[in-house]
Amino acid sequence: MSKGTEEVELAKRLMSGDSSAFEPFVTLFQHKLFHYSFLTCGQREDAEEVAQETLLKVFESLHTLREPERVRSWIYTIARNVCYMKRRKSIFAPEEEISLDQVMPSFRQDGSERKLEIADWSSLPDAQAMNSELRQTLQRAIHSLPDIYRSVLMLRDVEELTTEETADILGVSTDVIKTRLHRARLAVRQKLDQELTTAGVAS
Amino acid sequence: MTKLECKQIFAMLSEYLDRELPADLCQTIDAHIASCPPCVEFVKSLEKTVAYCRGAGTSSDGPHPLSAANLEELRQAYERSAPVLIKNRPAAS
Ligand SMILES: [Zn+2]
Repeated sequence: MSKGTEEVELAKRLMSGDSSAFEPFVTLFQHKLFHYSFLTCGQREDAEEVAQETLLKVFESLHTLREPERVRSWIYTIARNVCYMKRRKSIFAPEEEISLDQVMPSFRQDGSERKLEIADWSSLPDAQAMNSELRQTLQRAIHSLPDIYRSVLMLRDVEELTTEETADILGVSTDVIKTRLHRARLAVRQKLDQELTTAGVAS
Repeated sequence: MTKLECKQIFAMLSEYLDRELPADLCQTIDAHIASCPPCVEFVKSLEKTVAYCRGAGTSSDGPHPLSAANLEELRQAYERSAPVLIKNRPAAS
């Protein structure tokens, strides 16, 4: 099943009054929304509340969703607003920018060779085998991103929404999404790299 | 196309990994990376970062199951919307 098909299918059934889609829909989105809010708000308790409040708003306004195909971007838009209400921080607060230079690795000359300043990533486990230490390092790295970058990385990489869906939710162009995503990934990569160099997050 | 420098490649790597670049540019990058160990290393570290982020949303440490009261609250909200939904449903063609 391709990305998002299950969500769209469940939304269509719910919207046609098929109540057998209710529980699978709730379970699926409760998990997605929990992880989304946890990484966005940073508090476990808040994340559970955000998931519940978002789902409540979803069911209260399901009749306003005209296109079930857009269910994912619609729900994450609601979740994003609920999250911000919790944080009592304006979405429009000025944000720090990440410049490419800040997050690019540097080179050093080693005799005749040009070497990259990079940790040894081969010691890190595959994504499927992430240990809890690495997971926490990653959560901290994502959490420390300025919001305009974190929100893009969360939607594109963590929730695996498309560039178009993400642009739709955040109300910016797809080019802006691509630029921010790249800087966000480079910043997270850099944090993991630093962690590897100093402490060693490998198992 | 002129020969690309490592840093120029680094600047395009997300689009490269996401297959959002034009084919000719992709080939130029492939050709550079094939003979550039620093780029290989860097690409691997960025790929791994993206793979980790994809895994960050599905940890075993999920939410507590919804309480009966929370589930009931949601069900009632759905049931209140359902009549409007059914009324708005386009006639089957
Ligand atoms: Zn290179």
